[in-house]
Amino acid sequence: MTLEVRGLTIRIGDRTVVDDVSFTVPDGGRFGLIGGSGSGKSLTVLAILGLLPDGADATGSVLLDGVELLGAPERRLARVRGSRIGTVFQDPQTALNPLRTIGRQLAEPLRLRGRLTRTATRAEAVRLAGLVRLPDPGRVVDAYPHQLSGGQRQRVAIGIALALSPGLLLADEPTTALDVTTQAEVLGLFDRLVADAGASLVFVTHDLAVLAGITREVLVLSEGRAVERGPVAQVLAAPQHPVTAALVAAARATSFGAGEGS
Amino acid sequence: MSLLSARGLTRDHRLPRRTLFEAPVVRHALRGVDLDVEQGETVAVIGESGSGKSTLARLLIGLDVPTAGTVTFDGRTVSGSDRALRPLRRDTGMVFQDPYSSLDPRMTVARIVGEPLRALRIPGDHRAMITAALEDVRLDAALAARYPHELSGGQRQRVAFARAIVHRPRLLVGDEPMSALDVTVRAQLLKLLARLRREFDLTVLLVSHDLGLVQHVADRLVVMREGRIVEQGSAERVLRDPQHPYTRELIAAVPRLP
Repeated sequence: MTLEVRGLTIRIGDRTVVDDVSFTVPDGGRFGLIGGSGSGKSLTVLAILGLLPDGADATGSVLLDGVELLGAPERRLARVRGSRIGTVFQDPQTALNPLRTIGRQLAEPLRLRGRLTRTATRAEAVRLAGLVRLPDPGRVVDAYPHQLSGGQRQRVAIGIALALSPGLLLADEPTTALDVTTQAEVLGLFDRLVADAGASLVFVTHDLAVLAGITREVLVLSEGRAVERGPVAQVLAAPQHPVTAALVAAARATSFGAGEGS
Repeated sequence: MSLLSARGLTRDHRLPRRTLFEAPVVRHALRGVDLDVEQGETVAVIGESGSGKSTLARLLIGLDVPTAGTVTFDGRTVSGSDRALRPLRRDTGMVFQDPYSSLDPRMTVARIVGEPLRALRIPGDHRAMITAALEDVRLDAALAARYPHELSGGQRQRVAFARAIVHRPRLLVGDEPMSALDVTVRAQLLKLLARLRREFDLTVLLVSHDLGLVQHVADRLVVMREGRIVEQGSAERVLRDPQHPYTRELIAAVPRLP
């Protein structure tokens, strides 16, 4: 699906926290939003979903395959969120309901949508568990979130996001809370599933190395403004804006690389 | 003589019984670890969650009691009693991962930073020591009267560093001290850590899964897995020429900048 964000401006009280941000993610595109904390990248994602906190007010336009989402009635937004846009957030600990089984949560979007029988719902949950490579899908659907590791919980979150084969996936720091080896596995899985589904992707992160591995185009945000955009490789190799240059320099000073550092 | 040593350090956690007739399950968080940290060096313990790295750090600084094995600090055995722990506490500063939850929201910055001075009953002019510590971490003295919620994430972690060094410890222990922060702030704190180390001749023990951080600060690396040390050596050597398959796997998993 094509996502077009036009002149998105978000105000909280009299403060402008996102200022006239525009970008387009073509069908099947891989788009990265990057910036430090307070740059407005997470608010931009929430605005696309119509999930801005109370008191935040968005103007501009968010078009999904040409259909306006900004200001659309909640009923319609809820339907779009479930079926056409999948989301994965940073913390799988809080994204899952501790009192419900993994299977119930994996199948929740399907259950809300339609009249699936109990057996069919369970079969779907097992299929999704297998899709995100959870161990022993036939049994893991009966487990509860606390019985899973952090990486496994994030796989469940990805499974829920993919349940209805959405055309657009929004991921906000989905691997930041994970260990490096788990992060590599989850990113690899995510990358493959997004490709298989042919979905468009908006990926939010402050980690340039992760971004470089998963997106093609990037938009750099700073204090609510878009300061630079372009192909990831080009932006990393030759940043034009001082903010981008500082981000890249900081990343090079702190991230792992052969032949660098002490 | 090493500043800090561990011999045969073991920590078991007894999990609750699942049925009345079954023996309780014991999880071995740490299995017979030997480690030496020399005066003035920076040692990083790396591994995944569940590898035992945080358990090791907690035992080394007396926050937890080993099931077996001993810890020696500056030639003295550290055991569970408060009396035996005092020299270790006096000479240790700690920085934890999350500057949001590790600072008491009801205390001003000055009170937070001064806490070790009060807790350790250190004589002298506390106010002057707090001012000096804030200066050491390059925090504006005007922030002393503020509360944590008024500060940015980076400023909060600087407060945590100020609290860790206010009593001029010899050992600084950090458990994922930078992982909750964004990249620009991380770069600044990395510089800060390097400077503090130099200025105060600190011995540093870092627990982290962040190989980027580790590569830039550690002299020596200790790789842990499932409660055991699988490899250790100079940071440069371990990262350039890892011997254990697990270390190789860990290094291969790190996302890299093109």
